[in-house]
Amino acid sequence: MSAPTLSSRKATTPGPGHSRPARRDSAREDFLRAVRRNISAHGFLIGAVLCFSLFSWYPMVREFILAFQKTEDGKTTWAGWSNLTYVFNDPAFWQAWRNTLLFTVLALLLGFVVPFVVAVVLNEFRHGQGYLRLLVYLPVMLPPVASVLLFKYFYDPGYGLFNRILDVFHLPAQQWLQDTDTAMLSVVIAATWMNMGGATLIYLAALQGIPGELYEAAELDGAGLLRKVWHVTIPQTRLILSLLLLMQVIATMQVFTEPFLLTNGAGPEGSTTTVVYLIYQYAFNFNNYGSAAALGLVLLVVLAGFSAVYVRLSRSSED
Amino acid sequence: MASNTLVSRRGSDVRKSARRRAGRGADVGRQRTLISPAQLGRPRGKAFYWIVFTLVIILFTVAFLGPLYWMVTGGLKTTQEVVQSPPTAFPSSLHTENYSQAWTVMDLSKLLFNTLYYAFGALAFQLVFDVAAAYSLSKLRPVFGKVILGMMLATLMIPATVLVVPQYLTVLDVPVFQRNLVNSPWVIWLPSVTNAFNIFLLKRFFDSIPRELLDAASIDGASPLRTLRSIVLPISRPILGVVSIFAVVGVWKDFLWPMLTLPDPSKQTLNVGIYSLASGVPENVLIAALTIASIPTLLIFLLFQRNIMSGLTAGGLKG
Repeated sequence: MSAPTLSSRKATTPGPGHSRPARRDSAREDFLRAVRRNISAHGFLIGAVLCFSLFSWYPMVREFILAFQKTEDGKTTWAGWSNLTYVFNDPAFWQAWRNTLLFTVLALLLGFVVPFVVAVVLNEFRHGQGYLRLLVYLPVMLPPVASVLLFKYFYDPGYGLFNRILDVFHLPAQQWLQDTDTAMLSVVIAATWMNMGGATLIYLAALQGIPGELYEAAELDGAGLLRKVWHVTIPQTRLILSLLLLMQVIATMQVFTEPFLLTNGAGPEGSTTTVVYLIYQYAFNFNNYGSAAALGLVLLVVLAGFSAVYVRLSRSSED
Repeated sequence: MASNTLVSRRGSDVRKSARRRAGRGADVGRQRTLISPAQLGRPRGKAFYWIVFTLVIILFTVAFLGPLYWMVTGGLKTTQEVVQSPPTAFPSSLHTENYSQAWTVMDLSKLLFNTLYYAFGALAFQLVFDVAAAYSLSKLRPVFGKVILGMMLATLMIPATVLVVPQYLTVLDVPVFQRNLVNSPWVIWLPSVTNAFNIFLLKRFFDSIPRELLDAASIDGASPLRTLRSIVLPISRPILGVVSIFAVVGVWKDFLWPMLTLPDPSKQTLNVGIYSLASGVPENVLIAALTIASIPTLLIFLLFQRNIMSGLTAGGLKG
């Protein structure tokens, strides 16, 4: 804050000869300078601030207003809590939450554990790490429509590759996306394949920060492989692990694209309807923006808890 | 510590250690990890290492390149062969005309052009507005700068999917300007500026540029814009690269927002266009289209993999 004024003052330091009026002059000059500095500073900000106001801050406020409004025959009136009660009484609401939680749990089991194990294994390799990293991150760069439609072919019960693989191992064929029991799992497998690259690379970076002496010390104490993982690797990466866990919870609870593309959103008997898909349906299939906003608020409140923990953790990581 | 150091340092670290590894054999200069070098040095350890290594290489190649191989060759098969069970590993005859058919039938040149247009437009807007904003917040420090930054960062706490509905209603009739942005490129470009994470990354990088450097410029009479152009931007190339890549890839991968706001088939992006035409074309042509749609991002990835990966870890660690 002080530095620019300081330097500019230095540049205009009046000579020792004239004292009072000159000082008043320089005070005024400083003030003008500060004004000018602020004008240019806000000038630099204006584009981003305008965009934020129109497309981020205003919609945020509007989300809250919409949740308590309803529009009938083109007239918008206050609706009190009726949108929220409507949403809570919709049987699809609970199903959507059950599905979203199921997706989150499955996605964490796969999408959280698999990348960590992969990262630990890759970190041991003295060769080919660049190639393996490249491979893991490749799907992240594909347009989602390509990876999702690919998986749709693989899941096809008739000619799909996955049933073919099961067949090779003499396992019974599955209906995958068309069965209420396996639909969500199928979505999760595809989503994990598409997204695990990011987490894996972040874990790898974290693993490389572990001092080697810790492993040496553990070995001197006679620790085996698993105990080294448990007592050195995991504690040393705990912060990153918990940050990514929260990030993944927040991201997976907002899942939309994968089920939307794989099972047209709802899936067999609504088995892949997620909360965000329900928001989408309310808003864009039923034109019921009030309920969509109300459901959005519910999701917001649930995720706000996770976000708060995340912010606190990442603050502590800055220290 | 500021992240920029993290970005640049990690990048050069990786490069350096890669060079070292290439130059002087595997183990020299490598930090020790979970498994001790002594253990790996023994014949049994060596054999075990190579077995696991080969298995992982094969597994990863099959799991991550396999689907891509299937996609590229699937686009070369006949309609019957694509849905044949069991699937064939090699196309029995090469039908390159599928690719040209996909190009014309699905009007891929149009979709590709649209997507490029949106992606690079969004990139330009983000580079201009977000860089200017981050520079102002970091170096010019206007009044209320902290409040503005706080409000920008607060948007990171709001789940993006919750805002889709009010954002959509906003672009239907932008307040103050009274414009309907649907089906115009602005609907992608302007909201893309509200990327608080980019501003955060940029600001933290700018924060680490020594004050004295900028003061020297301002004593020499350089305006803030001149300082930004001649001093800040040249130093910031690594972070600008990261931000640019993520800006382009972000637009390329987005699905829900372009689907809602660009319903006109002649304005659609690759993702949305291919999705909406998917059921109308034969499978082999669709798969050929998916291959074509994947090429640009894969190219970006292969060209800029180092920047992408270092940017990813920088963002992930402190996100």
